[in-house]
Amino acid sequence: MTATISKVDAAAQLDVAGRLRANRRRRATRSVTVTAGLAVLVFALFVLTMMVGSFRIGALEVVSSVLHLSDNAGVDFVVRELRLPTALAALAVGLALGASGTIFQQLLRNPLASPDFVGITSGAGLAAVVGIVVLQAGGLVISGLALGGAIASALVMYVLAWRDGISGYRFILIGIGVAAFLDGLTGFVLTRAQLFEARQAMHWLTGSVGQASDTELRLLIGGLIVLLPLAVLLQRPLRALELGDDSARTLGTRTELSRAALLGTALVLVALAVSVAGPIVFVALVAGPIANRLLGAATGGIVPAALVGAALLLAADLVAVHVLPTPLPTGVVTGAVGAPYLLWLLATTNRQGAGG
Amino acid sequence: MRRAAALGPGLVALCAVLAVVAFLSVTLGSRDIGLSEVLHALRSWDDDGSISGTVTLELRVPRTLLGILVGAALGVAGVILQGVTRNPLADAGIMGINSGAAAFVVVAITVLGLRGVGVYVWFAFAGAIVALILVYAIASFGREGATPVKLALAGAAVTAGLASVTSGIVMTNVDALNELRFWQVGSLAGRYAPILTGVAPFLLLGLAASLGFGRALNGLALGEDVARGLGQHIGRTRVAAFAVVAVLAGAATAACGPIVFVGLVVPHLARFICGPDYRWILPYSMLLAPIVLLLADLLGRVAARPDEVQVGVVLGVVCAPAFVAIVRYARLSEV
Repeated sequence: MTATISKVDAAAQLDVAGRLRANRRRRATRSVTVTAGLAVLVFALFVLTMMVGSFRIGALEVVSSVLHLSDNAGVDFVVRELRLPTALAALAVGLALGASGTIFQQLLRNPLASPDFVGITSGAGLAAVVGIVVLQAGGLVISGLALGGAIASALVMYVLAWRDGISGYRFILIGIGVAAFLDGLTGFVLTRAQLFEARQAMHWLTGSVGQASDTELRLLIGGLIVLLPLAVLLQRPLRALELGDDSARTLGTRTELSRAALLGTALVLVALAVSVAGPIVFVALVAGPIANRLLGAATGGIVPAALVGAALLLAADLVAVHVLPTPLPTGVVTGAVGAPYLLWLLATTNRQGAGG
Repeated sequence: MRRAAALGPGLVALCAVLAVVAFLSVTLGSRDIGLSEVLHALRSWDDDGSISGTVTLELRVPRTLLGILVGAALGVAGVILQGVTRNPLADAGIMGINSGAAAFVVVAITVLGLRGVGVYVWFAFAGAIVALILVYAIASFGREGATPVKLALAGAAVTAGLASVTSGIVMTNVDALNELRFWQVGSLAGRYAPILTGVAPFLLLGLAASLGFGRALNGLALGEDVARGLGQHIGRTRVAAFAVVAVLAGAATAACGPIVFVGLVVPHLARFICGPDYRWILPYSMLLAPIVLLLADLLGRVAARPDEVQVGVVLGVVCAPAFVAIVRYARLSEV
């Protein structure tokens, strides 16, 4: 009797273990497939951005020109001098926004807690608007101001929210307050500005990838090369932190240190992106949720979220520059491109009962 | 327990504070009007032709009443939204109301060529309600209905989509930009009696209805399963709550433009005072919000005489640091 029971038990255990393993394997496969698919999509959009325009160029020509494999002076000029910077800017800004958005959302455990809502882009916006309206500066000065503004506002928030460590809830509330303060000042400056400068400031506040200069772009790409791998390395403590501080500590995570490192990484990424392209809203907010819905059960990947951000921004730039009758700043279109897609995802994943 | 006993008298005290602030709002401004003149004007309720009487009756009184109603509406709408979505970042702005209103206002300016605050009101109201219905419809797709996460995401997506439309139009039309940048900061100035009488019925109706939500929100705060176990019909609660929010925040935004801060912050203030019980948070927000709004408006009027600073700006610059200080030092009770 006991022998049969233990045999049944063993069989059941084997079955459960097998199913677990199969489940885990399926999740890993899906994660790899989705990431690879997104990478292909981003590459295709990247090349496509450089193909279209008033002078059409074939895909092969574009690739060989970028890799310095051909020497057709005309094509080289158009691709390398005119189109590559914009395409690179869209790619890099998208990657940075997507990665930092999902880190913020997971760290603060709130789907709305993208850097746009907790005051970081507000700091950049205020600094840049003051630069445009009061100092009447342009170009690199504005970027520097924006970078400084973003980092300064984040530091202020971190210091204010610190009380024996950072709690996500307090950080969010402080972020709301700081954002309201900075947005109030921005609104005040805008109502006192001359119409011409107000328009310029609004243009910057909308965000555009076409305005990046070489120096800024190089800075952003350098930052990405360092910070993106770092973010991937930090993914493990991030998952642990998501379970709550106590569980994370039990699992051997140094909570405050990892949180500070994650916040710092995400902050520098978003600050660099904003200084290059202005506060392009919505990308940081939706990249994470879109990636999660594509990934199914294997949620929370930073790389897929970064890739979604890049795809979103490249697509938005294509629409903004080539599809619309008058070229508009990219930030105008990101919402129009991304929102319907997110809404469609929400509606369809819900029907399968996987939304939530 | 002692806390609960103090909450009732606290409510009465807040009423008194609101009365004082409202009175100050009538007397102070770019032109100080004496106590006796105000009382005389209020008592006779008749424009006797004197300047102070006209200012009191036609400018200050409507403005103050509007401030009270709009403030209360925004505060209560914020409480309900944060309760239903269980998200401390939820407010009318995130649920698409401001962007819907702005989009309709911009369309009114550019396509229909309309001008003037009195005309925008109804466009803004319609836009706010359309946006909110859209958000709710999208979030409630699927079998588990409008869950907090889906509501937040759908709200953010609709907001972004509509904001794209608005900024697309504004970028190509300088005229619309010029009108919009003043509408967008939010203000109580220049909103005269017709606007007040236009939106007041909606606001009063919504405020009265909102007080009945305390119990339902308490249930939702415990989680959906518990709420269902307590015999609540969750879907019905959410629809009703959204309808009330649409009326309150829609009418308020229509009248004054997007005043983000009040709806977002006052519920947290009320939560600090009352703890997690929504039956107290609702009336406290209803009184705290107009106090904050009127004080900010007053400050904007007095600080830069004879000029004015918009109430939206004052709220951000003066009240936000106060809020940050409270958050920093108070013990938090989470949503």
